[in-house]
Amino acid sequence: MKRELIKFICFSLFVMLMPSFFKGGYLMNVLVFVGINTMLAIALNLLLGYAGQISLGHAGFFGLGAYLSGIMTVTYGWNPWQAMPVAAIAVGCLAYLIGFPILKLKGHYLAMATLGIGIIIYIVFNETYDLTGGPSGLSGIPNLELGGIVFDTDVKNYYLIWTFTLAVVLFSINLANSRVGRALRAVHDSEVAARVVGVNARLLKVQVFALSAVLSSLAGSLYAHTMTFISPASFGFNFSVELLTMVVIGGLGSVYGSFLGAALLTLLPEFLRSANDYDIIIYGGLLVIMVMFMPGGLVRGIPDLFKKVFKTKGGADHA
Amino acid sequence: MSLSLLSRGEMQFDQLLQYTLSGLSTGAIYALIGIGFSIIYNATGIINFAQGEFVMLGGLFTLTCLDLLKLPIWAAVPCAVVASTVAGLLFERLAIRPLKAPTPINLVIITIGGSILIRGLAMLAWGKDTHSIPSFSGDDPIAIGGATILPQHLWILAITVIIIIINKYYFYYTISGKAMRACAYNRRAAGLVGIDVRRMVLFSFLISSAMGAMAGIIVAPLTMTAYDVGVMLGLKGFCAAIIGGMSSGMATVVGGLLLGILESLGAGLISSGYKDAIAFIILLLILFIRPQGLFGKADSERV
Amino acid sequence: MNCRVISYLFVAVTIMFSTTALAAAPIKIGGLFAVTGPAAFLGEPERNTANMVVDEINKAGGVKGHKLELVVYDTAGDATKAVQLTTKLIKDDKVVAIIGPSTTGETMAVIPVAEKLQVPLISCSAGSKITDPVKKWIFKTAQNDSLAVGRIYEYLQKSKQTNVAILSVSDGFGASGREQLKAQAAKYGIKIVSDDTYGPKDTDMTVQLTKIRGSHVQAIICWGTNPGPAVIAKNARQLDIKTPIFMSHGVSSKKFIELAGEAAEGIKIPSGKVVVADQLSNSDHQKKSLMSFVKDYQKHYKTEGDHFGGHAWDAVMLIKNAVEKGADSPQSIRDNLEKTRGFAGIGGTFNYSPQDHAGLGKDAFVLVEVKNKDWVVVK
Repeated sequence: MKRELIKFICFSLFVMLMPSFFKGGYLMNVLVFVGINTMLAIALNLLLGYAGQISLGHAGFFGLGAYLSGIMTVTYGWNPWQAMPVAAIAVGCLAYLIGFPILKLKGHYLAMATLGIGIIIYIVFNETYDLTGGPSGLSGIPNLELGGIVFDTDVKNYYLIWTFTLAVVLFSINLANSRVGRALRAVHDSEVAARVVGVNARLLKVQVFALSAVLSSLAGSLYAHTMTFISPASFGFNFSVELLTMVVIGGLGSVYGSFLGAALLTLLPEFLRSANDYDIIIYGGLLVIMVMFMPGGLVRGIPDLFKKVFKTKGGADHA
Repeated sequence: MSLSLLSRGEMQFDQLLQYTLSGLSTGAIYALIGIGFSIIYNATGIINFAQGEFVMLGGLFTLTCLDLLKLPIWAAVPCAVVASTVAGLLFERLAIRPLKAPTPINLVIITIGGSILIRGLAMLAWGKDTHSIPSFSGDDPIAIGGATILPQHLWILAITVIIIIINKYYFYYTISGKAMRACAYNRRAAGLVGIDVRRMVLFSFLISSAMGAMAGIIVAPLTMTAYDVGVMLGLKGFCAAIIGGMSSGMATVVGGLLLGILESLGAGLISSGYKDAIAFIILLLILFIRPQGLFGKADSERV
Repeated sequence: MNCRVISYLFVAVTIMFSTTALAAAPIKIGGLFAVTGPAAFLGEPERNTANMVVDEINKAGGVKGHKLELVVYDTAGDATKAVQLTTKLIKDDKVVAIIGPSTTGETMAVIPVAEKLQVPLISCSAGSKITDPVKKWIFKTAQNDSLAVGRIYEYLQKSKQTNVAILSVSDGFGASGREQLKAQAAKYGIKIVSDDTYGPKDTDMTVQLTKIRGSHVQAIICWGTNPGPAVIAKNARQLDIKTPIFMSHGVSSKKFIELAGEAAEGIKIPSGKVVVADQLSNSDHQKKSLMSFVKDYQKHYKTEGDHFGGHAWDAVMLIKNAVEKGADSPQSIRDNLEKTRGFAGIGGTFNYSPQDHAGLGKDAFVLVEVKNKDWVVVK
């Protein structure tokens, strides 16, 4: 536990010192989105990595958070700080309700059901013109404000978003190491065995599903208040798949893995930008190669790589 | 008054007939793609998200054969199928087989990466434009009752039926087909009785990429084709396969047709904007009531 | 704020200094185009055109001794990316003006950034709300949807076809057109009898058309971009629908005729003049610009230039004119842009003013029809 704490403190320091390297340049803006994506990847990882339940519809919950926040602040003039928790609770309730029938399903049936939920939510964003502005999107969403500071620049947003993200990281680490986390892993390994030792597997799965949706919704609200503009295209099936990719590439069942996956997949397109039209090919190719050579994800793959490098150099065995 | 009622009823019948026919022809395509999903799933346990890309490749290779190589359509189609199948085999060899730890989720990500890669290559090769391909036998509408279809629709239905029959024959009356069914039931046991499981995996990619390509070719004259058509069609095919309980036989065909008809009736009778949502809501309800799929594991033939 | 002014002064002084010195510093312009993704049909010709025009200006010696330098990024049609890249263009590349983005959704998303960082942005997308209300730093070159809708409705009103059906694609382009179609109907005495949509990736629209056929309308208006409208044209032919079909300027290129084939015959669309450039009379103000654009594009890219590319052509030229009048900072380029009068470009004749940052009048669109596999002006 103490090791975990030291790790977390190092990570927080790393995150908080980041801006001083970039001096407010454009990369700051990308790092804001790394923060949001990290939060989303962790949310999905709780479900997929810890409880072993797949979801291909998480972009939907992300979008619901963004739209509920957006609509409440733009159309009804709420304060963003009120809208955010209300949106999160509403999305949580929704997920809790649909969680019961959906999580009865397994494997590819579950994949398809969550995919369906994601697509239905997406279509609702597109079709309810009066509420959401339809495909042209919703603009004029206010920035968050705290004690006179308006979060309207990249640097301010960076600290805002990463404060939330770090809170989510800490919460998830604690959850994973708690009784609940152990129960979840039991469900992951064998649902029947978990039941036998007294875990209410069904309820637990639904609760994690709802929790995951709440975190996604929170990320969505933050996204809406940072971007000040949202449109359905950001919350489609493609983004659900991208989230899934972040979690797997980063490493299943690892909070820091989710960060690595989110950071890599958010930053990669920036580095590939100079490759013009070839970027999509390189991106696809890298995904394949990475799964091939780091099947456990970055979080396990990178240390392995170091070990190999040291071994070939004839250094001491670090294992 | 009764006369007007009658004509009104007639008109609505015509409309319904048209909706159904439209739904059936789109559904047939979903079914073909869905069967491709199932074949690979059963042989390997992989949900191949790159399946839609073979649909795209089929259409675009046909375009190349017609425009660049100036082949007649009857020669272009087999050439395009062969070319797409080679792409499928390469995909299996280069991306699936070398995998060190083939957990299902890793395989899913590999196929996602592969589909992005194939799509990118296609974008470079054929550009971002949409392309049209001539119909196999003209564009003169054929009237059926009060509804109309095109000769191409007949081609779609006929080719779908033929492929399903060939499929059935292959899986039940040939040695390699039976071997593949054995793999589907129990891969380890199949390996123990001397079946080369890895070869069967390669075979499954061969068959399903050929089928996907065929689906892409027969539908292209109606829908046109571009480097990105595979995404949506692949998704729909995936749904068809799930409704059919991942069977590579009739159940998936029914699944595809059902999805096609649900969409077109939803668009025609309720709302065109919500048509996909309507189809998905009904599918979800089906899954909630029957979590083991529409046909259940016990009844469905999992090839 | 002070800091900004000082930095501008600094930039201005350095540039002034360097103009008097041997080589003038290049003027950096940013380009944000959806070169990949679903809006690539917009972004690709826009990027190609912008590159082409800038090259040609530089070959001819630049503007007042300055070379132009174009920094282009691909937004892939994604609003998040567009916002990030706008920041990148302004903060890292230090551009003095931005051309793009390609779609209305992306433009709406980047407006707050350009406004806050005070760099003029000339959007290449059509949504009316981009410049309505007027925003200080935002201009646009694409013709407003409302003008296109007005063209169709005028024609329908004249030919007394008042009952219409709408079939629009469910993306930003279709939604914006649908909104305008509904908003302006009453003004022209048009009644919208049925209102349907289809998905951008849908492959069969016979169902919507069957429904429309049942409602006995006098005209069908379809709002979308390739390939959807081509599928609709083919489906309408399959169903033997004789009702006149109108489409949007979104299909105003030869590509549509190529895709829809026979089925395109007789379809009318409001279009920028570029598709009928060679049919215009020599007295047309735009003729010179149009012909030079069409010829150059053919020479560089071996395909037909369309009016989407034209939006970028206009934007580069507008900036060039502003620089020619002695502007080299974001502020002065913005001010000069606003003073643009009577610039005959590809999209129409531009007259910007403090009240109007769209700058085009009704004459920007002509109604054209497909006849014998080519676009012909409807008299």
